[in-house]
Amino acid sequence: MAMSREEIFEKVQEVLVDALGLDDDEVTEEATLMGDLGAESIDFLDIVFRLEKAFDIKVPREELFPAESVLNNPEFVSGGKLTDKGLAELKARMPHTHLGEFEQDPDVNKIADLFTVSAIVNFIEGKVG
Amino acid sequence: MRWIWIDKFLEFESGKKAVALKNVTLAEEHLHDHFPGFPIMPECLMIEAMAQTAGILVGQARNFEEKVILAKIKKAAFYKYVCPGDTITLHAEIESIAPEAAGIEGEIRRGDEVIAQISLMFSHIDKNLAGKQFPQENFVFTDTFFSLLEGFVDRDAAKERP
Repeated sequence: MAMSREEIFEKVQEVLVDALGLDDDEVTEEATLMGDLGAESIDFLDIVFRLEKAFDIKVPREELFPAESVLNNPEFVSGGKLTDKGLAELKARMPHTHLGEFEQDPDVNKIADLFTVSAIVNFIEGKVG
Repeated sequence: MRWIWIDKFLEFESGKKAVALKNVTLAEEHLHDHFPGFPIMPECLMIEAMAQTAGILVGQARNFEEKVILAKIKKAAFYKYVCPGDTITLHAEIESIAPEAAGIEGEIRRGDEVIAQISLMFSHIDKNLAGKQFPQENFVFTDTFFSLLEGFVDRDAAKERP
């Protein structure tokens, strides 16, 4: 049975509350995982494991959080910014994420801001919605 | 020297679960300071004992090819004191395992009594620190750890790994 976006959000919220030790109201759709919610690298794996359990799906980590493999490729990064090629690659790999302003200034330090709660909800929606 | 906080394994089911046992004794010097006149096993050492039980379980699941390190304490709740003379058992089950990491659920018991619930995450460091160099040899799993597993897994098979 398809889940509504609201149902998915509630479950994602629960996962993040448990994984990161937060209060419900901190987990808004716009919140960024690293900046606002304080997630560290190991937390991403914890979140992936918990999402798999909560939704009974397989979540390949590089599919949900593909930035790492893009950043590690010298062809995609130059002078601390993503190259056009890198940006295209990131876009192709993160269809669940709205890149918005990042496209104008693809500073690698800002890549973390792309990981929002709504990006996770979009991703799950694509899988089970 | 490494502190080993488990005395032996009671059960070891590769890739699934392990049960280890620890006897707590006043011969452990720190108990005299923790606390004078009221010796109890420090909770942080219960976490370490669980990390050793579960870390060996996770390492063995990949035949000790990965360097497994404790990366996150997902939960640690303690319900009872553990005193000298107590025998505790540490029950660890693999909940999820991926190339980069593993998550486990653990429980410490004294008989049937639940002492603590401890859930941990382990990182396979070679897979997570892109570009950083670590020694080739597996410094996490030393001979002392292997000797605990004797009789449960084929030690030689694991040791032949480069």
